[in-house]
Amino acid sequence: MSRRVRSTVFALAAAVFAVFFAVTCTELPHFGTADHPYGSRSVAAAVRQHTANVVSSVNFDQRALDTLGEESILFGAVLGAVVLLRRARDEDRAEPEPRPVLPSTLLLGAGLLPVTVLVGGYVVAHGQLSPGGGFQGGVILATGLHLAYVAADYRVLRRIRPLAVFAALDAVGAGAFTLLGFAGLLAGGAFLENVLPLGTFNQVSSGGLVPLVNAAVGVEVASGVIMLVAQFLDQAVEIDEPAAGGRRGGGAGSNR
Amino acid sequence: MNTAPGAVDFLVGVALVLVVAAATAAALTRDPVRQSVVLSVLGVCLTLLFLLVQAPDVALSQLAVGSAITPLLILLTVRKVRRRPRAGAGHGDGAAKRERGSGR
Amino acid sequence: MSVLPFLAAGWIFLVGVYGMVTSRNLVHAVGCLAVAQSSTYVLLLGVGYRRGGTAPVFSDIPVGTPVVDPVVQALVLTDVVVGATVTALLLSLVIQIRKRTGTLDPETLTDLKG
Repeated sequence: MSRRVRSTVFALAAAVFAVFFAVTCTELPHFGTADHPYGSRSVAAAVRQHTANVVSSVNFDQRALDTLGEESILFGAVLGAVVLLRRARDEDRAEPEPRPVLPSTLLLGAGLLPVTVLVGGYVVAHGQLSPGGGFQGGVILATGLHLAYVAADYRVLRRIRPLAVFAALDAVGAGAFTLLGFAGLLAGGAFLENVLPLGTFNQVSSGGLVPLVNAAVGVEVASGVIMLVAQFLDQAVEIDEPAAGGRRGGGAGSNR
Repeated sequence: MNTAPGAVDFLVGVALVLVVAAATAAALTRDPVRQSVVLSVLGVCLTLLFLLVQAPDVALSQLAVGSAITPLLILLTVRKVRRRPRAGAGHGDGAAKRERGSGR
Repeated sequence: MSVLPFLAAGWIFLVGVYGMVTSRNLVHAVGCLAVAQSSTYVLLLGVGYRRGGTAPVFSDIPVGTPVVDPVVQALVLTDVVVGATVTALLLSLVIQIRKRTGTLDPETLTDLKG
């Protein structure tokens, strides 16, 4: 498809989309409406299940099966990226040379790293009470760990980030979610049904299964993001392509 | 929140304008390096909007993902694809240092 | 004001797709996809907003206070994180394409395959 044809097709499709979308918008309940049938029901259900953070209750209890699906997408995406970015046979690994780091950067990074990891852990652990949970806390934990790269260098990061461990943790997190689902079946209920005692409203141990599922998600998201960033860092910093000409000439034809 | 509803509406409107402007800029920035910077600005604008529509959970994850992880991955990809393959002389040198197996 | 957030979401989607359609660099196209994705967040949270409602977290407000819709927030929340990992998967495909063909321009790629 030539550029011109593509632009025309896009312009037509965009015009059609814009008209129909705008018409649909006027038919939607207006912005800020007080009528939220699903919202009110899920709030009632969350209060019944003693989970103060309704968003966590929806994610890890009421619609936990959906979240299991999302988790599988996440796991699959991480797996795919790891497979695609593994070192090919004809690639070299070049040890990056450490460059001197400003003392202030080192101090700030070394000081912030434990704080960030602590905050990440807190956000995961309090997902059922306050805004936060496995998804957000996991990402904070993963980014916090990479402060080591900012503050020091790649080798320090590699030492505090044993990839094999995080790869295993990723699988453990994904597996734990499914196993927690079977707990409901064993107790005679449905898959992922909340079978644990619900605890006191607004306590860390409230919500039954929610804190456990939340923790499993936290482990999986944290180790998944660490794996992802590690693969990209590896590619960008360490792995060398073979010299020009080796692939570029025949590459296009040889991999049909 | 005890601010007047009108004031909240106004703030949401401002945040929406910021988000739309940042999104337009991000899509029209052709250079991936600059685009990643604009994307992280878009992430911060979205975070602001989410806070104003009372979605702190989403704001937190958008802040961590949209303004840190996505731009970082784009930057690393750009660094990888722009990196010149090593010159021919370096190749034999590298083969000597090459680690066998995946190494870790 | 009552439809403004929805229209904004539509615009963000269109501008993201426009960027992808006219892109000459796959990394740029992936960035545009992230833009188009963020339109869904704006749309969903716009649908779930309730004027005068607070965040759906009852740890510091009495039960029964009007809150915004938590269901769409849960949808957006997982979408944000999962979207980032899918972006990462696409970027690793881009790296592979660059390795195998030596180019990042979608049009040159079409010529190669055609």
